[in-house]
Amino acid sequence: MARLQTGLNVMQFVLPYSGLQWSDLPFMLEGAWRTIMLTIMAGSLGTLLGVIVGWLRETFVSFRIGLIPFIDVIRSVPLIIQFILVNSFQSILGLQFDPFWIGVVTLSIYMAVLTSELVRAGLQSVRPELSRAGRSLGMSYWQGFLHIRAPLAIRTALPGWIGALIALTKDTALVSVIGYIELLRAAQVLINRSNEALLILAGVGLFYFVICYPVSLYARRLERRLAI
Amino acid sequence: MFDYTFLWPLVWAEWPQLLAGARVTLEITILSMAVATVAAFPLALARRAGKGLSCQAATIWVEAARNTPCLVQIYMVYFGLGALGLHIGSYFAVLGAITFNNTGYLAEMFRGGLNAVAPQQFNAGRSLGLTAFQTYKNIIFPQVFRIVYFPFVNQITWAMLNSSLGMIIGLRELTGATQMAQSVSFRTFEFFVVAAGLYYAIAKSVQILARVVAWRAFRRA
Repeated sequence: MARLQTGLNVMQFVLPYSGLQWSDLPFMLEGAWRTIMLTIMAGSLGTLLGVIVGWLRETFVSFRIGLIPFIDVIRSVPLIIQFILVNSFQSILGLQFDPFWIGVVTLSIYMAVLTSELVRAGLQSVRPELSRAGRSLGMSYWQGFLHIRAPLAIRTALPGWIGALIALTKDTALVSVIGYIELLRAAQVLINRSNEALLILAGVGLFYFVICYPVSLYARRLERRLAI
Repeated sequence: MFDYTFLWPLVWAEWPQLLAGARVTLEITILSMAVATVAAFPLALARRAGKGLSCQAATIWVEAARNTPCLVQIYMVYFGLGALGLHIGSYFAVLGAITFNNTGYLAEMFRGGLNAVAPQQFNAGRSLGLTAFQTYKNIIFPQVFRIVYFPFVNQITWAMLNSSLGMIIGLRELTGATQMAQSVSFRTFEFFVVAAGLYYAIAKSVQILARVVAWRAFRRA
């Protein structure tokens, strides 16, 4: 009997489709960490680029008109296709970047486009009288920008920017198409092995929800508080 | 460094396949928007009630749809329901998930629109002897429609962009069809540039059409 028991145990051990184990947790956590890193990198790079581009678009007519087609295309082509295009273009150029960086670059451009729209709307919402008043008080252009226009523009743009950040967090899930193993791809690997689709997906969904929901609540409160 | 020759004829040879994919994309976009518009109204009204079981259920729906990636929602319908023994094809999985997603966003949009109409207007309508239904139909909804119109058009574009996720579970909409077509020659870049162009054309047509409709509908204002 004892021998039979061990035999069974051994057999269970060799079964190809083993269920979910605690040892899978580090794998999922690694995926979650990569998702967070993607968000942080693309979020900060995209915001930086977006603020510059938004300012350029608001200040110079040439940028305003010249960038229209580019921004239009980024906004109306699915992000999946953008990932695939950037990825295949770098192999055409003979480069071999890590999928992480392809993901960061593509997401940053996307985030920059969203941010530049918000920055532009924010700057437009500042009444021109205010910056002119600053100029007549003897402020230079940059002093007026830093102390008058930017703070007021941030007031308008901040809730929308948080919304864009939430969208970015959700969009990191698409980096899996170019073969980067982030949270959702890690989940799929585990689903293929363990067949516990519902449990794993619920966990993954909850992860995104726990990150995005409080932030979106905060954005809504901020919007109400900042309303002028 | 740059010794790559672009081969476009390979793409044109598969053009019918791409067009068939674009048709599926359009189908999913239109169907999901139509169903979601109908489903979003009761959700918005339930959320406006502010209490009760229906409000809580509506809130869960709206927040789950808005705060998780659409791809997770598609996986949930395709693999998750599959694990429960409910196997549905990739077409209906994508359609269902995108409808769920759209409904969440549209419900919030409609709620915002309804909130923007002053409650006195409803009372005024009622005191003029209109029934509640007539008040909604003739006074409230026309105003909500005007507020919600352009965000709604944006949502159509979003639904179209989200349908591209169908590729990942093997649906042959525009992205999936392109993926299939390019797998013969591996001219990935050329194929997806053309697909991107098609998406752009669809999105632009939707926006232009929406402007024409808006011009005709809101002209009197």
